[in-house]
Amino acid sequence: MQMNEYKPLIVAFCCNWCSYAGADLAGNNRLSYPADVKIIRVPCSCRVNPMFILRAFQRGADGVIICGCHPGDCHYTSGNYYTRRRMALLFSMLDYLGIERERTRVEWVSAAEGAKFAATMNDFAEKVAALGENKRLEDLRCKK
Amino acid sequence: MQKVMRDVLVEKAVSLLSDGTVDRVLGWKRGEFSYDITPAVFESADKIRDDFVWNEFCGANFSKYLVAQTKKTEGKLLVFLKPCDTYSFNQLLTEHRFDREKVYAVGIPCEGMADIAKLKAIAGDGISSVESDGGKLCVTTVYEDAPVAVDAGEVLLERCVNCKSKKHAAYDELIGEEGEVLESGRFDEVEKLEKMTADERFAFWQNELSRCIRCNACRDVCPACTCEKCVFNNPASGAENKAAANSFEEKMFHIIRAFHVAGRCTDCGECSRVCPQRIPLHLLNRKFIKDIDSFYGEYQAGAEVGSRAPLVSYTKEDIEPSEVFDGRE
Amino acid sequence: MQRIGVFVCWCGSNIAGTVDVQAVSEALKSEPGVVFSTNYQYMCSQAGQNIIRDAIAEHGLTGIVVCSCSPRMHEATFRKTAAAAGLNPYMVEIANIREQCSWVHKDMPVGTEKAIILGKAAVAKVNLNTPLTPGETPVTKRALVIGGGIAGIQTALDIADAGFPVDIVEKKPTIGGKMAQLDKTFPTLDCAACILTPKMVDAAQNEKIRIFSYSEVAEVSGFVGNFDVKIKKKARFVREELCTGCGACTEKCPQKKVPNEFNLGMDNRRAIYIPFAQAVPKVATIDADYCNMLKNGKCGVCAKVCAAGAIDYKQKDELIEEKYGAIVVATGFNPISMEKFDEFAYNQSKDVITSLEFERLTNAAGPTAGKLLRPSDGKHPRTIVFVQCVGSRCASCSEKGKEYCSKICCMYTAKHAMLTRDKYPDTDVYVFYIDVRTPGKNFDEFYRRAVEEYGVHYIKGMVGKVSPEGDKLRVQASDLIAGKQLHIDADLVVLAAAIEPDKSARPLATMLTASMDTNDFFTEAHPKLRPVESPTAGVFLSGACQGPKDIPETVAQAGAAASKVIGLLAKDKLTGNPCIAHSDEMMCNGCSSCENVCPYGAITYIDKEFRMPNRTVAVRRVAQVNPAVCQGCGACTVACPSGAMDLRGFASGQIIAEVDAICK
Repeated sequence: MQMNEYKPLIVAFCCNWCSYAGADLAGNNRLSYPADVKIIRVPCSCRVNPMFILRAFQRGADGVIICGCHPGDCHYTSGNYYTRRRMALLFSMLDYLGIERERTRVEWVSAAEGAKFAATMNDFAEKVAALGENKRLEDLRCKK
Repeated sequence: MQKVMRDVLVEKAVSLLSDGTVDRVLGWKRGEFSYDITPAVFESADKIRDDFVWNEFCGANFSKYLVAQTKKTEGKLLVFLKPCDTYSFNQLLTEHRFDREKVYAVGIPCEGMADIAKLKAIAGDGISSVESDGGKLCVTTVYEDAPVAVDAGEVLLERCVNCKSKKHAAYDELIGEEGEVLESGRFDEVEKLEKMTADERFAFWQNELSRCIRCNACRDVCPACTCEKCVFNNPASGAENKAAANSFEEKMFHIIRAFHVAGRCTDCGECSRVCPQRIPLHLLNRKFIKDIDSFYGEYQAGAEVGSRAPLVSYTKEDIEPSEVFDGRE
Repeated sequence: MQRIGVFVCWCGSNIAGTVDVQAVSEALKSEPGVVFSTNYQYMCSQAGQNIIRDAIAEHGLTGIVVCSCSPRMHEATFRKTAAAAGLNPYMVEIANIREQCSWVHKDMPVGTEKAIILGKAAVAKVNLNTPLTPGETPVTKRALVIGGGIAGIQTALDIADAGFPVDIVEKKPTIGGKMAQLDKTFPTLDCAACILTPKMVDAAQNEKIRIFSYSEVAEVSGFVGNFDVKIKKKARFVREELCTGCGACTEKCPQKKVPNEFNLGMDNRRAIYIPFAQAVPKVATIDADYCNMLKNGKCGVCAKVCAAGAIDYKQKDELIEEKYGAIVVATGFNPISMEKFDEFAYNQSKDVITSLEFERLTNAAGPTAGKLLRPSDGKHPRTIVFVQCVGSRCASCSEKGKEYCSKICCMYTAKHAMLTRDKYPDTDVYVFYIDVRTPGKNFDEFYRRAVEEYGVHYIKGMVGKVSPEGDKLRVQASDLIAGKQLHIDADLVVLAAAIEPDKSARPLATMLTASMDTNDFFTEAHPKLRPVESPTAGVFLSGACQGPKDIPETVAQAGAAASKVIGLLAKDKLTGNPCIAHSDEMMCNGCSSCENVCPYGAITYIDKEFRMPNRTVAVRRVAQVNPAVCQGCGACTVACPSGAMDLRGFASGQIIAEVDAICK
């Protein structure tokens, strides 16, 4: 492995009940995905404030993905429905500002979908890596 | 030229003040320049007769002032509302932001407000006075002896060119006739941007937003921004930053601000009107409104009191975030 | 500043195989707040836990980070360890370096680098952790059951059996509900009254059960364990405690022309009435809409004939206030109105009836004393057509019908057809169906018997039109299997009307802040895993108010709801989850955004006085989170534009600290 090879930085927000458990299952089954993906546990995908996403980009993240229970399966009954609306609007807005669409994603991953979790992260990391470094959203003061 | 004359409003204000219906009047008065009209609270008939102004520069949306004003005293306040102002009025009521009992709202028709920058572009700088005369604005500048006559229709504020409604969504009393909700081209600009490539859009917004000086005027005037303490002033929020330090900082501010008012913004256009850098901020809000309309069905914030904003609502069949770009370039 | 201890687990070789645990514990030593860092083979073992315990004591730790397996695995373990050492359990954070690191990344340097970053994120979070204490609320050990049908009765009996007092509120003068109107029950064909009425009597005689009949819930406030309920006891103009149910008044009342709702208007009752012989409570009720005495003060016969002196024309509605720990909704169903189904001539002919009317016609206590006679002329019908799915599975006619399957119709129609053929073998019986759905123990066998042993003509196809012609009903239908149109001259047409939730359910749901689907069925807290609980804590669901269901299913659900209630009432105190939302009143705008998104109705608003500068006082509308109700999803924190709403344990500041640590 070359030391100067570009590695994207990806933040994944995972809901505690489905997607975080899905990520655990991927681990149990030893399904590998890039180490560039760093997971932050939240109780529900509806806990993810757009501010957190922008903050991650501001600090140099190259991609942000939000994972939650499938619609209809939310542990809190309706949290992910709000996530769905919020993120549909936020992502559309980021696109409108000229930010690459592939840098953001919402994926519904159940606790049984370890394979889907790994596949999603592989695919997302690959797409983000293809875009290269996030220049349009990062805040230069925040980079070391 | 406004259809209803200043004298009618002054008379109305004086009579409501003298018969005790209200004890204060929220109106407009002259600022430093004749085109620099600012909101003012009048407490006496004499003051109203002397200082009350009603002309093409009374763009200010009074709705937000009611939040602070109704907290002050037990008395009732008279407020004059243009059609677009009434949507903000309703939205604030929906959010329990002021006491309806303490307000007497008089709806007034509006023929559109003038954009001083557009006027300056035609008549030149150094404007010493502007007089309404029929459909014309007669502008005198310090550099020219003869006044320049400008067609009032040519210098309308962007929000008035694309006026969405002449209908008042709320009032206690209406002066003039009930207007209609209009078909406007207010989303045309948004559509134009959507059709650009991502690089072009980025360049467009980079150019616009990099001029932001973070003066916070857009936030301070916005009737949807009535937070007791704004997240951008709160060190604990993770977003506090008062100055524009580089290119992302203002994007963060404007995206978050637009997101916070999404579904609540009535598209009153005050943000763009007051921006000293003339950044077309309404294009951010209108993007959200346009998306909300197309994703979740048409929704006009403030059209009625008590309606449920799209972001605090959902249906099981809502569009997926991955589908929002379907059919788009 | 926190004093943080970091404990890196090897998990044998599970972690240590691909993560350099020594490097991780070394790297985290220099993170802000970290005063101690070590690693050990098995942190979750007794020896590992002792290391944590000792370090807490020795280094005066205020927070700990365990880099180990998933928090879903051992978070609870390490919280207990911390608590045992005198540290608040919520000062523990887990960095998941096994499932989400060592097991998915094969390369040691890569895995180690990621493990360090995950550890840093956990340290950054712990730096902002605050000790949390779960709230405790007392539990009122009394349950309320709303609705006195079989669902409500069974729930009440089961709760009472566990020793808890329970009240049933029933809006009708008697409990019993729809089941009391049924004749026989599928698939066993035992009579409904024979199995229901003993339960009604049990409920009446059980000293733990109070029955408020002819009563409605007027107001509900409070929350799980502590509901305050106002029950409106409607004036029945008969003093319940005096009435012996002798029935003398109901025989002498001169007002005889009151449609009898128990028989669905197919015969009449008096203005003072007892709905049926086995009613519980067996007490007369005066129908104020028809009573001459109440309407114009002229009569008073019932008062004269009542030996017990129970008649009280001056009785008023009474409001009863009671506290409950749990509420069970058992409001049941009704057949939908057939008014809009003109094609079946329900309004034109008395001989087009609904299945529930058919039940009454065949019931020994019904208007015909159990003889199957046509309502129009009292003759015995020779040809009977049953039409299934009238208003059910009706996607295209949603303005008059329902999209869902009503579930019970296939079986009761098979029962009706079978019973008819059994009692009157000279009758021709046709059943028109879309599908015959018979999942359930002994259900399909039952339906096969109707077809094979009893010779019921099952025809796949829908009836297009029913038109009265002379004393016949001309039925036009299609036979989809034979591919032809049919005409049948029927004497009686029976419509299997779709069922819908009782109309009282919607306002009740509002009172309870319980959610409903678009069909007004109550929604469950989780469709699979919490089927008898509503999302509102302390509110449970029993019977058809949650979805169409038959008697065995209703009774099973009633028992399940009761067991949930018993589980709740058995506790003296409810211990909450401390990771819940809370609002900073100084920043709250009172805009109601949070209240609108809360799935649990945990947020309410109060007008609160605030001291302002210059000794002034301002009253502001501010949000309040009920800690006993909030489940900690965090939907409100994002809906809140001002940032006043935050979530304990997952505070905005904590999550941002994690983001920053990861993105550094």
